[in-house]
Amino acid sequence: MYLRLHIAILFLASSAQLATALTTEQRNIPVLFLEQSQIDTPVLSNIRKTPQTSGLDGAHVGISDNNTTGRFTGDHYQLSASLVKDSNEAIAAAQAWVESGNTLIVAKLPAATLLKVSRDEHISQKAIIFNISAKDDALRSSQCRPRLLHTIPSRAMLTDGLAQFLMSKRWKKWLLLRGQHDEDALFSAAIKRSAHKFGANIIDEREWQFNADLRRSAQSEIRLFSQSKDYDVTLIADEIGDIGEYIPYNTWLARPAAGTQGLTPTGWHWSIEQWGAAQLQNRFSEYAKRDMNDIDYAGWLAVRAIGEAVTRTRALGGDAVYQYLMSDNFQLSAFKGRSLSFRKWNGQLRQPIPLVQPNALISQSPQEGYLHPHSEMDTLGYDRPEVSCAFEASTL
Amino acid sequence: MKNHRPFRIVGASVLLILTSLAMPSIAEQVYVSNEKDNTLSVIDLDSLKVIATIEVGLRPRGITFNKDFSQLYICASDSDSVQVMDVKSQKIIANLPSGEDPEQFALHPNNKDLYIANEDNAVVTVVDTEKREVISQIDVGLEPEGMAVSPDGKWVVNTSETSNMLHWIDSSSHELVDNTLVGQRPRHVEFSDDGKTLWASSEIGGTVSVIDVATRTISHEYSFHIPGVYKDKIQPVGITLTHDNRFAFVALGPANHVAVIDIAQQKVIKYLLVGRRVWHLALNSDETRLISSNGISGDVSVIDVKSLTVLKSIKVGRFPWGVAVKP
Repeated sequence: MYLRLHIAILFLASSAQLATALTTEQRNIPVLFLEQSQIDTPVLSNIRKTPQTSGLDGAHVGISDNNTTGRFTGDHYQLSASLVKDSNEAIAAAQAWVESGNTLIVAKLPAATLLKVSRDEHISQKAIIFNISAKDDALRSSQCRPRLLHTIPSRAMLTDGLAQFLMSKRWKKWLLLRGQHDEDALFSAAIKRSAHKFGANIIDEREWQFNADLRRSAQSEIRLFSQSKDYDVTLIADEIGDIGEYIPYNTWLARPAAGTQGLTPTGWHWSIEQWGAAQLQNRFSEYAKRDMNDIDYAGWLAVRAIGEAVTRTRALGGDAVYQYLMSDNFQLSAFKGRSLSFRKWNGQLRQPIPLVQPNALISQSPQEGYLHPHSEMDTLGYDRPEVSCAFEASTL
Repeated sequence: MKNHRPFRIVGASVLLILTSLAMPSIAEQVYVSNEKDNTLSVIDLDSLKVIATIEVGLRPRGITFNKDFSQLYICASDSDSVQVMDVKSQKIIANLPSGEDPEQFALHPNNKDLYIANEDNAVVTVVDTEKREVISQIDVGLEPEGMAVSPDGKWVVNTSETSNMLHWIDSSSHELVDNTLVGQRPRHVEFSDDGKTLWASSEIGGTVSVIDVATRTISHEYSFHIPGVYKDKIQPVGITLTHDNRFAFVALGPANHVAVIDIAQQKVIKYLLVGRRVWHLALNSDETRLISSNGISGDVSVIDVKSLTVLKSIKVGRFPWGVAVKP
């Protein structure tokens, strides 16, 4: 750490002696923002839609942040956005990017496409791909890929963060209510894993089977749906917001709700202001004219991680940047009160998980008392022994 | 009525002289800014009691006295101004143009130029405190925070929290001439009295870097280990150095401790348990007392420097942040 830092500093100092001499020789760092357009599934509730520019706006703010620092190092970051329709187009776009000598890709792609892109032999050797939207645990446990890094928390990290909070409140008996979509099955699987990990008891699991318009009938239907013997909390697995919005207050017993609705674990929320976060929120809302969400934050993180590695290594991308990102020297300060870094066993960015309700930050996990030999943050999500893919061996 | 007035003033001053004769030293006073109360607390350092609470602008953070301690400058971050308080009357007498969101500042040894870090818009603003006007604005890195001026007045150094740099500004030209890359989230900088070294804390990096001013490179780096406290929670913020360059004190944020560094030995010799989330530190004039502001617990800790023990915690307002001592 020492030597590395020192060398970087010496380099900076010597090249910076002549005031603005640095800025005369500008180095360009191109970053590709690769996005696959997705059609939103219709939902029973009329919830607010996720903005189309989620992620892209966050990446843009990251680019502008990097360029503020770049004024002093002579680095200029540029974001090229590419919107594709399917996985073939995504592969083609990434291949073209790599063929023109670039390496840095920020990806807002569904898990299946992401896997295809990261396995493509023309891309996988050279590119560094940052996944900013796919929360799938498989990408971090059985299907991880070298040079595929994740700045968005996995479902397991989210539900572990929530489970720690519920256990610290001694709300141990959970009633699990889930929607019918594939993502809901994944989220409820993550809830069950967390329950097992932290010792909670899922007293029953129920899948929503009806098509009624809950805007009109929630009061009667949710009551029956949640009728059960004693539970401490209802856990909701409804990622798209079909029924979950109507579960709090309508349950059979007077119990709090948590999960994808109610008390929600997330990577980021507009109500976070601690640790200097207000600065980032201000910069974002000034740029995007809206609140920053978890995908925006993951996009910002990816670009900031690139900026940090480029500034410290003076490399423009490729192997040197990747090795630095995966090394013990890499640290990212990102308004969550801890220094963030990538897990060496699956490329996931370790980070605290905020627990929020629509208008406030309620808590941030890891909770006090959940200990780990390496980092408390590694009590969230897949730890080294749980991971079966050969990420590490091929890292360096 | 009018006739009596001069008489009374004479009477009062006689009384003042008498009391000051009886008590050879008037007690020193500690000024503390309370970020979430929009007030300053004034503590008598002899009795260790809060003797006054003064209302100031919104979200007061950095505070510093002018040379003769007649005025106190206050960064009122959410009022977007630096306020000037007349210390005797405890009244705000002026608002300096400061640029947006001032957080920390440093007064040049000429007692006139005030260098202000504007956290929200990546500039350092230079204000002439006599003319009360902005002389210059200098572009720096993202989220400027810590400010210091070298004792000889040559260098102005600013830290940028998200660029992770120390920016070296030449005070004669107001040009940025060099940058030093340090650990994550540099928060505070402090020059040694001889001006040869500069100390910088990196809150998220968890380190304190000592920089050789002549070469502007890191000559030493301190890290901290407190048994039972996670590495992640050790987040250095405030630094203060004794005039004889013997000790450096470092506030370790949510680790709730102040580290004592023996500078000659280059070693942390003690960790003092103070209140929760310790931000900033100040020494009194003869350096027998060190005061820390503890944000979350809403108090300050008073430390005896000779024995390196914590004497007392004193409740102040909500989120105490800046500390300054008036002799």
